[in-house]
Amino acid sequence: MSVLSRLYLGLNLLVAAAFAGHAALADPASRIVSVGGSVTEIVYALDQQHRLIARDTTSIFPAEARQLPDIGYQRALAPEGVLSVAPDMILAIEGAGPPETLDVLKAAEVAYISVPEDYSAEGIARKIRTVGAALDQQAAAEVLAGQVSTEIAAAQAAAAKAAAGTPRKVLFVLSTQGGRIMAGGADTAADSIIRLAGGVNAVTGFAGYKPMGDEAIAQAAPEVILVMERGGDHGVRTEDLLAIPAIQPTPAAQNGAIVRMNGLHLIGFGPRTASAVTELNRALYGGGAQDVVGH
Amino acid sequence: MSLAIDAPAAAGQRADRRVQARRLTVGLAALLAVMAVFSLAWGASGTSLWGALGDLAAGRELNRLDRIILFDIRLPRLVLGVLVGAALAVSGALLQGLFRNPLADPAIVGVSAGAGLAAVAAIVLGTALPAAVQQAAGSYLVSIAAFFGSWTAILVLYRISTRGGQTSVATMLLAGIAISALANAGTGMITFMADDSQLRDLTFWNMGSLAGATWAKVMAAAPVICLALLAAPFLARGLNGLALGEAAAGHTGIAVQRVKNTAIVTVAAATGAAVAVSGGIGFVGIVVPHLLRLATGPDHHSLLPNAALLGASLLLAADMISRVAVAPAELPIGIITAVLGAPFFLWILLRRFGSTGI
Repeated sequence: MSVLSRLYLGLNLLVAAAFAGHAALADPASRIVSVGGSVTEIVYALDQQHRLIARDTTSIFPAEARQLPDIGYQRALAPEGVLSVAPDMILAIEGAGPPETLDVLKAAEVAYISVPEDYSAEGIARKIRTVGAALDQQAAAEVLAGQVSTEIAAAQAAAAKAAAGTPRKVLFVLSTQGGRIMAGGADTAADSIIRLAGGVNAVTGFAGYKPMGDEAIAQAAPEVILVMERGGDHGVRTEDLLAIPAIQPTPAAQNGAIVRMNGLHLIGFGPRTASAVTELNRALYGGGAQDVVGH
Repeated sequence: MSLAIDAPAAAGQRADRRVQARRLTVGLAALLAVMAVFSLAWGASGTSLWGALGDLAAGRELNRLDRIILFDIRLPRLVLGVLVGAALAVSGALLQGLFRNPLADPAIVGVSAGAGLAAVAAIVLGTALPAAVQQAAGSYLVSIAAFFGSWTAILVLYRISTRGGQTSVATMLLAGIAISALANAGTGMITFMADDSQLRDLTFWNMGSLAGATWAKVMAAAPVICLALLAAPFLARGLNGLALGEAAAGHTGIAVQRVKNTAIVTVAAATGAAVAVSGGIGFVGIVVPHLLRLATGPDHHSLLPNAALLGASLLLAADMISRVAVAPAELPIGIITAVLGAPFFLWILLRRFGSTGI
């Protein structure tokens, strides 16, 4: 902590002591609800977790975060549920809602900070700075943002080097419900992480997560198939994947190049993204890609 | 159904049932009052209704948070729950009377599918609308769309099944199935175009919820639903007559076509408004009228008001479960009405089949 911010804090305490009854404005928020897996990770990375009192369903890392009360899915928050934990600030990823709930929270004078979502290295730095400003931890956030940007740039450079000008074609499979492949197209977190890790997305025809036809999969000819490990039996199972006729002739299936990584780590776009880039890159290029299970 | 019984006995039975139904009405009104108090008193937060009432009685100012939780969250939610529950149950009763089919509900005639298609379209394509329109509609775009969707579905249905001023109930039922299929196909098409976060919105909308209750929503839905609820009792005699068949009803002096028209418009208004503010809440429309017919028989004079009362109570009960079961998170209410309603419905079916030997 810099001398200046120490001074500022001391001043705050003085003001707070002087206006004991009206100290609400001078106090930094100390009862914070964090909404969005990457937002929660950033709060922990800034070492401000003692100020968290609740989190949303997607905030499952680090493991301690799970101990906090869960206020529900980020896009379906209930106003009384959120107010029941008596927050003085809500730190939420862009797109949290619904709007009616946000209106009530605003009426209740709970500070609401929206953290912009963007699947890029700059986007993560922006998230960190937004969270840092909200937590009154600008200096620490600046350090973390710089560190994360440098790490990602390094991981990305190393990834590009490993790819050596011949990037591997990666198919991201979200699910295999009923033998149907739900694949990640353009404008998805999966697409971004694949590119950062020095690969190319095998899907070129569509944006978002969509069911993909058998012939399109065969034609895309992915060299690697990337799936999420979600713990338990929620992830995509290798047997299920290989049982799908359209998958069988692909180079990925022929070589058993199926990579699985922890979902939040892989596409969370938080402070750990550099390690996700490195891990995915290693799975794509370093010493065979058989069933690499991430943490 | 009482044709085989001799006239005086039938009349006696009817009178008995009328007394029973009146007692039931009083009981249901009391139940609703209790449910209303509970739903003001219960919630995820520690705000206490009794504490607040004590403060108010003593002339003390409520603290800001308690005031918001009681008057801006729980109270509009209570009013919306009563309106939606009553609207769904009465719509179910009206449609079952109109179609002389105990399985009829807004889902069968395509109203729900129409509302669903429009709501989904608003969620996914709403961002493509001109900024002025988006601004004017605000966060109510989906509600407004759902309302027009259900109205469009019912107007199309009506045009298809009315020839020369005569509405064929059988055609209407079949057309309803076709309209549902078409609307669902459209919903599927738009779902395919949706992005990841929109998909989540669609899923939650389909499960229904009263969590988004605001006074603005209450103000939007209340006039329409209240008008429909007030109109419903005037249809009782006509629907009772229709139970004998359209021709027989016509002979007893009932304006059959007018009854059909009014019933359809009433249902469209009530379900359209209910679905618009709460999303997809199933089973209230089927279960409530069934339960009441088992208790006090098929007379619409008592069935319609009792359905409004029981539907409202049932939805308040379901909503209370939804808000406290996984607090501070919330379960979508459609899940609860389905979990409570579906097994109960199966039980009714098994009883019916058991007693008639089919």
